[in-house]
Amino acid sequence: MPTMTLLQAISDALRYEMRRDERVFLLGEDIAEFGGAFKVTKGFVEEFGKQRVINTPISEAAIIGGAIGAALNGLIPVAEMQFMDFITNGFNQLVNVAATTAYRWGLPVPIVVRGPVGGGMSAGPFHSRSAEAWFAHTPGLKVVFPAFPADAKGLLIAAIRDPNPVLFFEHKGLYRKIREDVPEGEHVVPLGTARIVRPGADLSIIAYGRMVHIALEVAARLEDEGASVEVVDIRTLVPFDEATVFDSVKRTNRVVITHEATLTAGFGAEIAARIADKAFEYLDAPIRRVAAFDAPVPMAPPLEQAMLPSAEKLLDTCRQVLEY
Amino acid sequence: MADVVATAEIPEIVPTSLLNDQQRVALLRWMLHARIFDEVTIRLYRQGKMFGSVFAQIGHEAISVGSAAVLQPEDAIFPMHRDLGAHFVRGVPLRTIALNHLARQGSMMRGTDGTGHYADPQRKLYGNISHLGAMIPVAVGYALAAQLKGEPIVVLNYIGEGGAQTGEFHEGLNFAAVRKAPFVLIIENNQYAYSTPTTEEYACKKLSDRAIGYGIPGETIDGTDVERVYEATFYAVERARNGEGPSLIEAICMRMRGHAEHDNASYVPRELLEYWKKRDPLLRYQRFLIDNGILSEAEIQQMRREIEAETVRVLDDVLQLPFPPAEEAFKNVFL
Repeated sequence: MPTMTLLQAISDALRYEMRRDERVFLLGEDIAEFGGAFKVTKGFVEEFGKQRVINTPISEAAIIGGAIGAALNGLIPVAEMQFMDFITNGFNQLVNVAATTAYRWGLPVPIVVRGPVGGGMSAGPFHSRSAEAWFAHTPGLKVVFPAFPADAKGLLIAAIRDPNPVLFFEHKGLYRKIREDVPEGEHVVPLGTARIVRPGADLSIIAYGRMVHIALEVAARLEDEGASVEVVDIRTLVPFDEATVFDSVKRTNRVVITHEATLTAGFGAEIAARIADKAFEYLDAPIRRVAAFDAPVPMAPPLEQAMLPSAEKLLDTCRQVLEY
Repeated sequence: MADVVATAEIPEIVPTSLLNDQQRVALLRWMLHARIFDEVTIRLYRQGKMFGSVFAQIGHEAISVGSAAVLQPEDAIFPMHRDLGAHFVRGVPLRTIALNHLARQGSMMRGTDGTGHYADPQRKLYGNISHLGAMIPVAVGYALAAQLKGEPIVVLNYIGEGGAQTGEFHEGLNFAAVRKAPFVLIIENNQYAYSTPTTEEYACKKLSDRAIGYGIPGETIDGTDVERVYEATFYAVERARNGEGPSLIEAICMRMRGHAEHDNASYVPRELLEYWKKRDPLLRYQRFLIDNGILSEAEIQQMRREIEAETVRVLDDVLQLPFPPAEEAFKNVFL
């Protein structure tokens, strides 16, 4: 098995699907000869040509709307947002057109809108956002957020083959940082399946994206303190794998939910509510959340580090829950 | 009001050599269907028997009918809410239209949505959503896919002068122009966006002038002359089919009713309505057909009676049907 970064695994999934199915094509800003701002599609135009790797104007509504129309006409578009922050300019297309088409027309809209999210790089309020909660709140859209290269490949292939619109979030801080063995060729991870990335008995940390790696770091530190911490990577927000999360909570009886997105009305609130609703009897401590402070993502490093959730904050909260 | 129709005289219909008399009769029939559907649903609305809004397209009939009639069956059409005529041209049965408008059991949308928002993929017809402008990039994407697949189809899309002020209008049309997509956009300039007159909507003289900015052809035409609409659309469609890219057509007309039937349009000056009443697209075409011996007044009246009887019968029938069962609400959020 070749070792790949998260970014290479995403490229591998795109290349594999484009070779397998000629209906799959890409569109986005600077993705052709330039290979995209993060080089996810480097070398694609040479292999697949300008017809299947389409540079677009800076027009997110045209990119996403164009993808929807191409899907209605039998193709499978994968649209890149140069930064997922810019998806706001195509919001109408996603929440009003893509998300309602199956419901109203019974027609599939097999599009994937993918791109980088997340902070930690002093990129400021407009290149650092975690945008997933907006879309998890919109029925009709699937929301995927991988943390590991192999999962990223398998989930992206599943997203491309899904008949519904899928939003695929890639934490740019993980792009070149995380490296692991990734299966060659066919590799599908079904949407809606969480994964226990570290088993434990005393506490469950429910996480996705970059926070999975911080949770693993925290779990290792707590192990030194004598606590056995389980880490669940939900991998997809919509559909949400309740069974795996509930099962974990029922075994450990203590839960901390964490995401990099801001706290209020974040997806952690949804997970907490569901646990409170359906697994309350199993809890030995209050459900706690560790998320970003409710503010835009600031630029200067001390501000940004203060605003974003960190290993220290997560560690502190986990200790409180373990001691409760 | 655009120059093309700003004359006191009611201009003669300029017959196009592209149409034969049989096609002309078909155009009239479709226009009558659209007009009568509005008349009947307005009546039902006033009687409190209608369900949902009635967005009458009276004054627009020549545009949707004259343009949709140009298309081949494999071409795609993305109408807006005042393009009922296009639905008839594409051959959607009256009953199907009524079922969708009234959100009854058996509607293609299962009661999830109403009016003309449905899609009929067999007839390559894809309705609008209420956010006008949103379907422009979608229609362009449909055309782009045809281009990528090497299918020689054309996509015809409509927007009002109101929706032409959205960002999606610009993004969609510019993207179509850059890709030379087989796409034709018709702006139905009906003088009002709800209550807002054109003077408060845009500052350019003609909306077709925007075509220059996109590097595509654009023209402004009389949207109440169905033959003129047919001819302008014909050349734009031919151009698109030949791989020469999109065109923009601005068709001038008047929205003769309120935004929807709840709105009495008291903000529209009476003189303006009087001016346009003389330019009624249906009456103008009927006069043309009679003057040229293509149909007699009696034949037109007969046609009108038949269509009206059918429309009343179908709508009455569909209004008797139940709404879809509640469990439909839980289906198809995802496929």
